Amino acid sequence: MTAETGIGARVKRKEDQRFLTGTGRYVDDLPLARATYAYFLRSPHAHAKIKSIDVSAAKSMPGVVEIFTGKDIADAKVGGLICGWVVKDKHGEPHKSPPHPVMALDTVRYVGDTVAMVVANSHDEAKDAAEAIHVDYDVKPANVDLARAFDKGVPEVHAAEAPGNLIYDWEIGVKADVEAAFAKAAHVTKMDIVNNRLIPNAMEPRAAAAEYDKGTGNYTLWSTSQNPHVLRLILSAFVLGIPEHKLRVIAPDVGGGFGSKIFCYNEETMVCWASSRVGRPIKWTAERAESFMTDAHGRDHVTHAELALDKDHKFLALKVETIANMGAYLSTFSTAVPTYLYATLLAGQYTTPLIYANVKAALTHTAPVDAYRGAGRPEATFVIETIVSKAAAELKVDTAELRRKNFIPTEAFPYQTPVALQYDSGNYPPIIDEAIKIADYKGFEGRRAEAKSRGKLRGIGFSSYIEACGLGPSRVIGQLGGGVGQWESAQIKFNPTGNVQVLTGAHSHGQSHETTFAQLVSDKLGIPIETVEVVHGDTATTPFGMGSYGSRSLAVGGSAIMKAADKIIAKGKKIAAHLMEASVADVVFENGNFKVAGTDKNVPLGAAVFAAYVPHNYPLEELEPGMDENAFYDPSNFVYPAGTQICEVEIDPDTGVVEVVNHTAVDDFGNIINPMVVEGQVHGGIVQGVGQALLENAVYDKETGQLLSGSYMDYTMPRADDVPSFKLGNKITPCPHNPLGVKGCGEAGAIAAPAAVMNAVHDALAPLGVTHVPMPATPLSVWQTIQGAQRKAAE
Amino acid sequence: MTISVAMTVNGKAVSGKVEARTLLVQFLREHLGMTGTHVGCDTSQCGACVVDVDGKSVKSCTMLAVQAEGAKVITIEGLAESADKLHPMQEAFRENHALQCGFCTPGMVMSAIDMVKRHNYQLDEATVRRELEGNLCRCTGYHNIVKAILAAAPAMKSAGV
Repeated sequence: MTAETGIGARVKRKEDQRFLTGTGRYVDDLPLARATYAYFLRSPHAHAKIKSIDVSAAKSMPGVVEIFTGKDIADAKVGGLICGWVVKDKHGEPHKSPPHPVMALDTVRYVGDTVAMVVANSHDEAKDAAEAIHVDYDVKPANVDLARAFDKGVPEVHAAEAPGNLIYDWEIGVKADVEAAFAKAAHVTKMDIVNNRLIPNAMEPRAAAAEYDKGTGNYTLWSTSQNPHVLRLILSAFVLGIPEHKLRVIAPDVGGGFGSKIFCYNEETMVCWASSRVGRPIKWTAERAESFMTDAHGRDHVTHAELALDKDHKFLALKVETIANMGAYLSTFSTAVPTYLYATLLAGQYTTPLIYANVKAALTHTAPVDAYRGAGRPEATFVIETIVSKAAAELKVDTAELRRKNFIPTEAFPYQTPVALQYDSGNYPPIIDEAIKIADYKGFEGRRAEAKSRGKLRGIGFSSYIEACGLGPSRVIGQLGGGVGQWESAQIKFNPTGNVQVLTGAHSHGQSHETTFAQLVSDKLGIPIETVEVVHGDTATTPFGMGSYGSRSLAVGGSAIMKAADKIIAKGKKIAAHLMEASVADVVFENGNFKVAGTDKNVPLGAAVFAAYVPHNYPLEELEPGMDENAFYDPSNFVYPAGTQICEVEIDPDTGVVEVVNHTAVDDFGNIINPMVVEGQVHGGIVQGVGQALLENAVYDKETGQLLSGSYMDYTMPRADDVPSFKLGNKITPCPHNPLGVKGCGEAGAIAAPAAVMNAVHDALAPLGVTHVPMPATPLSVWQTIQGAQRKAAE
Repeated sequence: MTISVAMTVNGKAVSGKVEARTLLVQFLREHLGMTGTHVGCDTSQCGACVVDVDGKSVKSCTMLAVQAEGAKVITIEGLAESADKLHPMQEAFRENHALQCGFCTPGMVMSAIDMVKRHNYQLDEATVRRELEGNLCRCTGYHNIVKAILAAAPAMKSAGV
């Protein structure tokens, strides 16, 4: 039984049946009797004062139930949205914290800022009425240019609370020590890069629905959330003041998140708040244009980096200066992303002994920026892995060899980096060896020559990433300014007939928890996987949990499940000992049976469960009835997946089109529960990374502040013919500090891929004298770079 | 002003009163409660809403309900013979882990079936990738979707569907 469905098996997914037959239940699918529909009027300006809002004509439109503006929210004393992570700047001062009203009161600060909420009998009627609202704006100058955010005279987003657009000026490492190392360097590689702004684009747009029960005073909020308990906590404690026990948040089937559904947003807040005022359920689903405008965006850094090497090509020091865009308001975890999830990763897989990073967080008149798949770690990996490849090119040494020479030696783990983290485990050389083998690195020059004969420029690029995920040890999170604990919860609840519900505080929005978590329990308790039901996403039924992001569900949530299973076994042993008239110490648990070693005495787990619920022959004096165990697991460290990706591209110099022709990924995710699921996570991550490198770019017009990439007509999503099939491999170094020995696999693909692709692009264009192409390497950008290089060569 | 509309959906006669502007996908989701067909964008790019109308693959966000008057419509809910017997394309998606969050899946499966039929059950990887231009997936990286469609083509042929 367990060999086919247990840990390590490619078990087909339990959730697929409903998704394949159109019977999944996403928020917009909910049938709510007497529902009303919300539509949000949004600012068409990047920066303006609201002189007046006239809703009188809109109120008399057909089907309109109610219209709310920022004044209504202010009058009701609804709190602002919060930023849940206090980053202290280099002087020890907490970051600037400008207000984030749920609806704009007198100022709008980006295109898409929320101005009014119309509630009507249908979506179309609400939208029609929104068009009839007259807002008198006094348009002000805006700044959407991150590189200029701190310049003198640049329009300020929150002049009073964050003068000069500066949220914090933060640093890690000792600058003087790093400068001293640079003074001794045999070679210094320098680089200026922009980590392009991305829009997450989960295929299910954000949605919310809420219902208020007048009789009990209870609210139910359905939300496309990755973390319903955290959402409830924020709404209760900081924003709406509805006591936690009177607010139920349900995140049912959720169609992808990639970070963008972690945060507490205006619309779900408003829908929940307004449901009691309207007295009927309210439903809202974002149109895709709204998703583009108002989902928290990702990345968006401007960075200068320098790497110092000695004469033997060992890395001496790394120096990084980054400006990170926060947008117009601080989203829920925005401040942590370019600091503790970015700069602390800058050691990568290397022994670089000295690192200094300075990060300045800036406000601009753009949508809020927060965690997006990888969150800080893709940005860090991009810095490290592109500068290492650039150094190899400058020094004319093999790019793989330069990496290998500087890898943290396998025997050095646990390894303390100079940027706070202690890597728990790792073994990097076999990973790059395997990747080189799979990608046939040795045969590359032959393929380059063959491509050249066809007029194509072929290049190869490496990216050896590290990430810290599985958030995280609560004590450390607290020391770093995080406002919450980062444990996870689980409950294993047997029914008298022997089947079992596994309630988890993690949330699946594509990650396959219903299958992999069932595998854990089936394997551990020796029961058929068909009898295990995984339940998640409802604050009324599941124990308080922190949700899913940062590749934490298995490492933290799975560990909590294992702890709960241990408790089940421990209790079962006592019951079985009683039934077998044996000593508890003599009882062992194997393949779903309690046995007394050396005898044929045997109690199946199901019989112990039945005895626990029908305790006629049961040690009631010592043991409570029932078989229902809770566990909370707080990890002692982050987990540190690592890997190497190798990308091969072909570029048509006449058109600038970059084609990814081969892409290899070899990862160390520790022990693997379901290889099929893990491979799927890697595939998807790689394509998001390829998207960042070649296709995707969120662009605001510098004059008007309008979002130019506001639809799928303008923002290039990766499509099936933009990528090849991938070649994957894996190596296993079990995590030493969690019970499953697992690391996280959700973000790795997206973390490593951009650097691998761009290094391949740079390698392909190196013969033309090109050293840098900005992301995304679109045909236009590549073609222009080639033309520029050729002009320069001709001079 | 409302207009009466009648059509056959998954072999069952249905009718309703709609506004002139009501889209076919709205009629399916909001009037018939058939929420398997999804809306993922507003520019007819993502393909989550693909259904079959009189043998043609259609983005149901791009067609008015009244345009489907008298038509035979097949949606994701109408593919499986029974809960135990899925359409070969659905089965191939499951076998090959070609879905994660499931949101794009209904449109992917509907487009894929149409693709296989139009190519007379003979497809190669490059063709599948090119033909998927009207369907976006953010989770799978397309790798396993392509595998599933290539596996389903012969399975559909031998099943005669």
